[in-house]
Amino acid sequence: MNIIEVKNLTKRFDDFVAVDNISFSVSAGEIFAFLGPNGAGKTTTIKMFTTLLQPTDGRILIGGSDPVEKPDEVRQNFGIIFQDPSLDDELTAFENLEFHGVLYNVPKKTRRERIEELLRVVELDKRRNSLVKEFSGGMKRRLEIARGLLHHPKIIFLDEPTLGLDPQTRNHLWSYIKDMNQKENITVFFSTHYMEEADRMADRIAIIDNGKIVAEGTSAKLKEETKTATLEDAFLKLTGKEIREEGAKGIDNLRAMRRVWRR
Amino acid sequence: MEKIEQYLKVTYILWLRQLKRYYRSRPRMLGSLAQPILFLVALGFGLGPIYQKAGGGNYIQFIAPGIIAMSIIFTAMFSGLEVIYDRQFGFLKETLVAPVPRWTIMLGRTMGGATVATAQGIVVFLISLLVGFRPDNFITAPVALIFMALIAILFTAFGTAIASRMEDMQAFPIVINFLIMPLFFLSGALFPLEGLPRAIEVIVNLDPLTYGVDGIRGILVNQVHFTLHEDLLVLFILAAIILAVGSYMFSKVEV
Repeated sequence: MNIIEVKNLTKRFDDFVAVDNISFSVSAGEIFAFLGPNGAGKTTTIKMFTTLLQPTDGRILIGGSDPVEKPDEVRQNFGIIFQDPSLDDELTAFENLEFHGVLYNVPKKTRRERIEELLRVVELDKRRNSLVKEFSGGMKRRLEIARGLLHHPKIIFLDEPTLGLDPQTRNHLWSYIKDMNQKENITVFFSTHYMEEADRMADRIAIIDNGKIVAEGTSAKLKEETKTATLEDAFLKLTGKEIREEGAKGIDNLRAMRRVWRR
Repeated sequence: MEKIEQYLKVTYILWLRQLKRYYRSRPRMLGSLAQPILFLVALGFGLGPIYQKAGGGNYIQFIAPGIIAMSIIFTAMFSGLEVIYDRQFGFLKETLVAPVPRWTIMLGRTMGGATVATAQGIVVFLISLLVGFRPDNFITAPVALIFMALIAILFTAFGTAIASRMEDMQAFPIVINFLIMPLFFLSGALFPLEGLPRAIEVIVNLDPLTYGVDGIRGILVNQVHFTLHEDLLVLFILAAIILAVGSYMFSKVEV
């Protein structure tokens, strides 16, 4: 069964085409990597999957429901780790999770149990009552992952989840995500710029460039097709070596600035 | 039924979040008291003698309700800033992908902001007692809370609605100030509404805050321009309309 179905999906901002007529599917239980240079359309696609943006054209089915027609059904089924921070800094780790649990209507008893369990898993149980603004970047990321999993989603979207994390934290995160994928059969859909991450983790990979999907398949298949030795080489061969400009809105700049201040 | 229970819980948790954030930010609490105190003291004592000579009676008695309303409208409108903050610092997305109708989020935010604004109004009321303000009747004085809460809800919803359409953190305070100033100065908070020039009178009658000030003043010192029923009706209808429009605007937010 395909848990994500995309048909002729297009998103236009004024005259700029961010996502250009893409179609693909992800089957339930799969770990799927969505790769592409900056500005290729990854985040825009994920935003359309997660009801944050309306597609200009085409159709999406997430767990059988259309995010445009039945946003609430879709929202109940996924968890998401956004590319940039999305925690409330003025609340504690526990309060952030509690807030999320209430929003997703997780019954109190289950909620409390799961919060304790997840805090232990991401090794933040000792900091449960600290304000998030006192956390390091890696700790915040771990907390966001715990939060994304709190309501037991069928799919988890991770938009560059390991950006700016050290190898230890990265490894730790991936082993946890893998574990959860195997134990609970959660579908994992992630984007990343670390090719070895995609190579190691993903069952299947799609590469998007300039809003179009340029290649799709297992890592082995992509390497074979491009006659390259590593996924990184395959990626470069498919998308070219030119450095991309990302069309940043003022708000993205501000977020980036804040990230600098926080360090 | 189950759905309603869930919506109430969502509204509650958003309300609670706003209160916690407010409680944890002492500078904000104290800072937002400075302006009303200044107005109360400077205008109350500065213009008091002239007002007295003109036969208006005790000016502190007259403006204290207006200053209470002022502290509420400021806090309420500026609570929209939190939406812009949440948008810029990413937390807004967390609430926007949640499987609940957007209006519950708008409602929770509005109630949280309105509670903070009403609390601020109560603090200003207590301070005005120190400056010499005396309500006619301490037993009926709490009824003024109804009017305070109504203007708090009305203007929090208004501020939130505007914020849902703005991304610019710098522009928001400027726009809000631009709106608050006329709303406040033309509300009858500072001067009696009797015998105004026709043009001013029309504007004053169109200003929602006028009805809030009139209601609070009516309860606290028994001076009304309209009737308390009229005040209540106008505020109630306006608050309902703005909440509905604001919810609609908030439901269209994209990040």
